[in-house]
Amino acid sequence: MPEKTYLQAISDGLRQEMRRDKRVFVIGEDVGVYGGAFKVTLGFQEEFGPWRVLDAPLSETAILGGATGAAIMGMRPVAEMQFADFISCGWDHLVTVAAKQRWRAGTPIPITVRLPSGGGFSGGPFHSQNPESSFAHIPGLKCVCPATPADAKGLLVSAIEDPNPVLFFEHKHLYRRIKGEVPDERYTTPIGEARLHREGDDLTVITWGAMVYTAAEAASKLDDVSVEIVDLRSVMPWDKEAVLTSVRKTSKVLVLHEDTRTGGFGAEIAATIAEEAFEDLDAPVKRIAAPDTPVPFSPALEAAFIPQVDDVVAGLRELAAY
Amino acid sequence: MATARVAEPSGSLGEAKEWGLDREDLLGIYRNMITTRGVEERGHILYRQGKIPGSFYTGRGNEAASVAVATAMQSEDVGTPLHRDMGVHITRGVEPWRIFANYMGRVDGPTRGRDGNVHMADARLGLIAMVSHLPAMLPVAVGCALAFRIREEKRVAVAWFGEGASARGDTHEGMNFAGIRQLPVVFVCDNNQWAYSTPTHLEYAVEHLAERAQSYGFEGVVVDGTDVLAVYREAKRAIEKARDGGGPTLIECLTLRMEGHAVHDDAFYVPKELFERWAEHDPIERYRRWLHEHAELTDEEEDEIKVGVKKHLNEALQKAEASPLPDPATLLDGVYATPEDLDTPHHK
Repeated sequence: MPEKTYLQAISDGLRQEMRRDKRVFVIGEDVGVYGGAFKVTLGFQEEFGPWRVLDAPLSETAILGGATGAAIMGMRPVAEMQFADFISCGWDHLVTVAAKQRWRAGTPIPITVRLPSGGGFSGGPFHSQNPESSFAHIPGLKCVCPATPADAKGLLVSAIEDPNPVLFFEHKHLYRRIKGEVPDERYTTPIGEARLHREGDDLTVITWGAMVYTAAEAASKLDDVSVEIVDLRSVMPWDKEAVLTSVRKTSKVLVLHEDTRTGGFGAEIAATIAEEAFEDLDAPVKRIAAPDTPVPFSPALEAAFIPQVDDVVAGLRELAAY
Repeated sequence: MATARVAEPSGSLGEAKEWGLDREDLLGIYRNMITTRGVEERGHILYRQGKIPGSFYTGRGNEAASVAVATAMQSEDVGTPLHRDMGVHITRGVEPWRIFANYMGRVDGPTRGRDGNVHMADARLGLIAMVSHLPAMLPVAVGCALAFRIREEKRVAVAWFGEGASARGDTHEGMNFAGIRQLPVVFVCDNNQWAYSTPTHLEYAVEHLAERAQSYGFEGVVVDGTDVLAVYREAKRAIEKARDGGGPTLIECLTLRMEGHAVHDDAFYVPKELFERWAEHDPIERYRRWLHEHAELTDEEEDEIKVGVKKHLNEALQKAEASPLPDPATLLDGVYATPEDLDTPHHK
């Protein structure tokens, strides 16, 4: 099986869907001639032409609203926000129109919104955020956050196929850093199904996105404690059963995410564990997340913001000792 | 320095024929206009009877503009009508009893009780349900037009918005994108002079909103929104131009909102003389006179139409009142679509 970067897997998955389904088209800022700010759509315009790879003006509302209209007319738009942070400009459309249209008017909105998200390279407050929790809170939207190249391709295909608005959070820090085996053929990865990243017996880490690798590195530093890592892959819908199964097995849980702490999706997971697996716990659920500040620019500050391997090691040791 | 064309008033029967309207069409327009007003008048009664939860909105004064534009559309065209555009729903063929059912939150309304008043649409008739955030549906209509352009279909999307909504960024983004790509979309501004209590001079600084079209690279036209045939002519021209690849048009229909923003608002802030002046231009009465003068409408024909509409609406009311309230157990249904939901006319 060929080995590909996370970015290549997204790009290949998207190209494959555009080749097999004429309803799929791409719209976003600089996605055409330039091939996207991160080159995910490099060469697409040459292959599919300017009407299936549309360079849009700086108009997130027109991009997302336009995608919605085209979707209602039977297309399968894949809209790119140049950075996940800029989705704030399209928040109104997604939340007001796209999320509610099926429920109130019976009109499904099959759109995929690609969101290059996450920090780790001094992108500062407006190029580093992980806004998945805000959208997971909105009934009608789905949110996926793949960590591996294979899941990135499979979840993108699922997102395009899905009859709902799906927000596809692709972590920028994984783009070229993470490689993995990716099948050449078309396949889907089910939305809402977690993946066991690492099996273990003593502690469970529930996480997603780039934090899967932070958790794995931390786990590998603990010789005396066996750590299980559940990669959630989707935060809405999320795989409650996989989480509860692991909790029941290990009885100690760390919920880890790169988004800020208060009201982050980890809070929902912790609350659910408290409600449904309280009797199975041998320690209070622990959360590690970014502090409640904007994402800082300077490397010294950013390292203090994004949960680091050492933070997770300390958290795991604390849990193990409880 | 006006950059928008000001449309001529409607002319003779011959001119109407030139634009594709035969006598039967002309009477159909009249029937749709009085049905539109009749639906909203009965809505008022239902509201006073306590049968409509929440508030109640009408488009009184906008019957001509909404019916005219919808009449100019082809069946394969699509649109995003707003709360002053009941005439669009009526003209496209939404059955009045389903509108009454929606008003009352009954299960047979197009939203099955999930959204109120005119926040509804029948997708099978090419209409897309509005939201309260105006003009959020304007970029959506542009997206429909984008789909038509990508697939090279000869279809047109119509986006309605009010002069109040013209101040929001969605309007700019949608129109700018449509202009750049010369998409088959027609923007119809229901300029009824008041955004809730805010008059036009506090909403925009140009003389006519249609002037803005030029800055987006397409034509703008101002038309008297109480003149049904003039609006029809301009809409027909714009829609067919868009269909032929000529790009968007912005049509500004001038009217006055003849009631408050909603039923709870008595519109005390609108000068009484303004209401009196515009009442003289009542679009239905104006068209009725035109039909008598130019299309030889007889008193008998007029009565027959009016009696027919009245009977139709009374039956519709009864049918709507017989519709049950939605079952609370269904509340969670359909938050997420299933693949079967894509089995609609648009997802063949």
